[in-house]
Amino acid sequence: MSEQPMRPATPMLQQIAEHHSLLQRFMGVSKEWKGFVFLLLAGFGLANLAIAYVVVDGRLDGHWYDIRDLGNAVAGLRGWMQDEGFHPAVPYVTTALLGALGILSVVGGWLLIGSWVERRVLAKFQIRQGPNRTGPFGLLQPIADAVKLMQKEVVIPRAADHFLYYAPPVIIFIPALLGWGPVPWAERMSFLDLNVGVLYTIAISSLGVLGVFLAGWSSNNHYSLLGAMRTVAMMVSYEIPISIALLAVVLLTGSMQLSTIVAWQANYNAWLILLLPFAAFTFLFASTAEINRTPNDIGEAESEIVAGFYTEYSGMKAGLFMGVELGNAILVGAMMSTFFLGGYTLFGLETWIPGYLILTTKIGLVYFLFVWLRGTLPRFRLDQLMGYAWKFLIPLSIAQVMLVAIEASIFARWDVPAIFPLVAFALVNLGLTVEMVRRWARALGYAPEIMAQQPVMATTIGGLKAAQKMRGG
Amino acid sequence: MPARRRQGTNVNSTVEPYVLNIGPQHPSTHGVFRVRVVMDGEVIRDLDMIVGYLHRSMEKLAEERTYTQNIPFTDRADYLAAMSGNLGLALGIERLAGVEVPERASYLRVIFAELQRIASHAMANGTLVSDAGAWQTPLLYMFREREKILDLFEMTCGARLTTNYMRAGGVSFEPPPEFWPALKELVAELPGRIDEYMELLADNEIFLGRTRGIGVITPEDAINGSLVGPALRGSGVPWDLRKAEPYCVYDRFDFDVPVGIRGDVYDRFMCRMMETRESVRILQQAIAQIPAGPHKNDIPLALRPPVGEVYSRVEGPRGEVGFYLVSDGGPAPYRFHLRAPSLINLSLLRELARGASLPDAVVTLGSIDIVVGEIDR
Repeated sequence: MSEQPMRPATPMLQQIAEHHSLLQRFMGVSKEWKGFVFLLLAGFGLANLAIAYVVVDGRLDGHWYDIRDLGNAVAGLRGWMQDEGFHPAVPYVTTALLGALGILSVVGGWLLIGSWVERRVLAKFQIRQGPNRTGPFGLLQPIADAVKLMQKEVVIPRAADHFLYYAPPVIIFIPALLGWGPVPWAERMSFLDLNVGVLYTIAISSLGVLGVFLAGWSSNNHYSLLGAMRTVAMMVSYEIPISIALLAVVLLTGSMQLSTIVAWQANYNAWLILLLPFAAFTFLFASTAEINRTPNDIGEAESEIVAGFYTEYSGMKAGLFMGVELGNAILVGAMMSTFFLGGYTLFGLETWIPGYLILTTKIGLVYFLFVWLRGTLPRFRLDQLMGYAWKFLIPLSIAQVMLVAIEASIFARWDVPAIFPLVAFALVNLGLTVEMVRRWARALGYAPEIMAQQPVMATTIGGLKAAQKMRGG
Repeated sequence: MPARRRQGTNVNSTVEPYVLNIGPQHPSTHGVFRVRVVMDGEVIRDLDMIVGYLHRSMEKLAEERTYTQNIPFTDRADYLAAMSGNLGLALGIERLAGVEVPERASYLRVIFAELQRIASHAMANGTLVSDAGAWQTPLLYMFREREKILDLFEMTCGARLTTNYMRAGGVSFEPPPEFWPALKELVAELPGRIDEYMELLADNEIFLGRTRGIGVITPEDAINGSLVGPALRGSGVPWDLRKAEPYCVYDRFDFDVPVGIRGDVYDRFMCRMMETRESVRILQQAIAQIPAGPHKNDIPLALRPPVGEVYSRVEGPRGEVGFYLVSDGGPAPYRFHLRAPSLINLSLLRELARGASLPDAVVTLGSIDIVVGEIDR
């Protein structure tokens, strides 16, 4: 009998076998790949060196051209196109496409790195290993995940509303990308330096509700609907504290332009988190609610409603939802860094290091904080979370806005070196915040000494009578 | 309501109730337990508990097997506390047949039962916090200790989960020499670990907010519902079989019984936590006191107890594990009944969950700590 090659029993197994061999082939040529990657990196480094040489040498028609100033490069391109006599629309469309491409590549890279970081760091928090099979330290895990998700079968519930069911994974991506528009990556380096950047940010962040609600509604599943209702209620509630927290920032810096806010912080060497600790906390907490992350991930509370609004999504559609979640976390990190952590500046270091690297580091830190929270905290209940927004965050934020308004007018009128009022504001705000939070929490009925009463040791053994005796005595 | 309706405002805006099916595959049903919930928005109006997805006809099968052959069934009933089930049945058979147990075997039984209690409570508390939304972190930390305990089981009897360790007349194996240093190391390490969990969870605001005042059981309700174990003690009834009617050698140890003061989820959680500490105390004393000697008495393989009946009960991690055995003089029991603590504790869920919101019901179910293998048998 001749040797028959072993045939997989089902087409699916056949597919799996083929994919497996693909993977093996990929692993087999890893040396060449390594060489390729090395060449790529070396080329990148050489190019950098060449440009640095040009910069240091001061060529380029005697203009001081700075590699960090990518915004200027695009402006130069636009200027060149206008000079060449293209149709007026062409330069704008071209530069817009270039910017969009830049943002897409940055966000895409972040998604890959972020998902690896989340899994790996969370694993370390949970005394596990985390991904460690695909590539060094499991670094290729996001790619493997994406490939796996893409080749998975997409199951659509028969009772789902088909058109609406397809739309949300795409719709939900739009605000996650648009939000990057006004973020200043370095000086004169942002896609869309709007003078109403804060307003734009708030407006865009409320768009995410649409996709979530559509997903929950169209799936025709009670879990999905519950998750969508929860998420919508939460997002609507937490828009308000976010807006008020940013109002404090706007009042103090006197601008709605994100680059100006960063410049203000760089100018006075004062991060706004030091001046407005409560606003920073509100922003961070409300953001975790907006983007569905622990401790506020009630929209997809897995122990209650399985996966919330995307319970019925499978394959890459579910992957897109997860990707958006991650992308939103990174976007919030960028916003947090820009508004409260000095953006792309770091006490003068931005003249030596590219600003986008500083911003990236800060985003990474905020993202690490999110992962840390996820690995540590339990989840709030829906009513607790709503109560927290309406009873606690909003009144205190309004009080803080009043305080900041007074401080801003003092700051504008008081003719002394800025360091004195700023230090005074920081101290006053911190002290008042702590005191306000404590008193307000007490007024709302917060009583830790009663809450944390622990069980007592039994003095007798018995039934109801013993219980009553213990309770009475 | 009608009076207001005449004014033209739609005040009566109650949502039409809908039915939500939770389980048998659901992250927080702890196995294949199924609940059909009638919900009004997020609030539970009514619920139907549907069990039987893991039914294996254990009690009927037991009537065709010898007494020793029935011991493995107790592993599969409460698969998170196999040792306690083993112990309950072994004690029942001994009382039915009048078999003596050597003293060392009694100490070994206590040691393994208490280790099992720690492992089971770790699992219960870990899943409870997981249900409250801490994404698996406490669960995995508590698994660290559980793993070490299961390693000890494996060392001794070869199995980690379905131990089949206790026998009528003693225990099946003497622990190997490497068992004792490992046990001592674990016992020395455990108090620090428990303190760590207390630090993390006992004062955690979110956890307190999620568990304080949720799923309150009054002592009267608890007794009327014949609850047992931490569910009973959490609601303030100081009842522990190890104290009330000491079996094995529990009367020789100095330990306390923690009793909750409010009867809510948090109290049940803390009772388990503190019971773990007491178990460590018992282990320390048992290790110090254990005498030398045989680990079992030889009994005939096909044991034929005299005609009679017996109800033996021990305090398992979930409460009173009871075995009702009827002998007709043959090698197999005429009737074998298991009083499963989970099943009876679960019966109160409907009352607790009515009017509560879905997250609260999930946490309450977690605090009752069910094992479906035991409910369905």
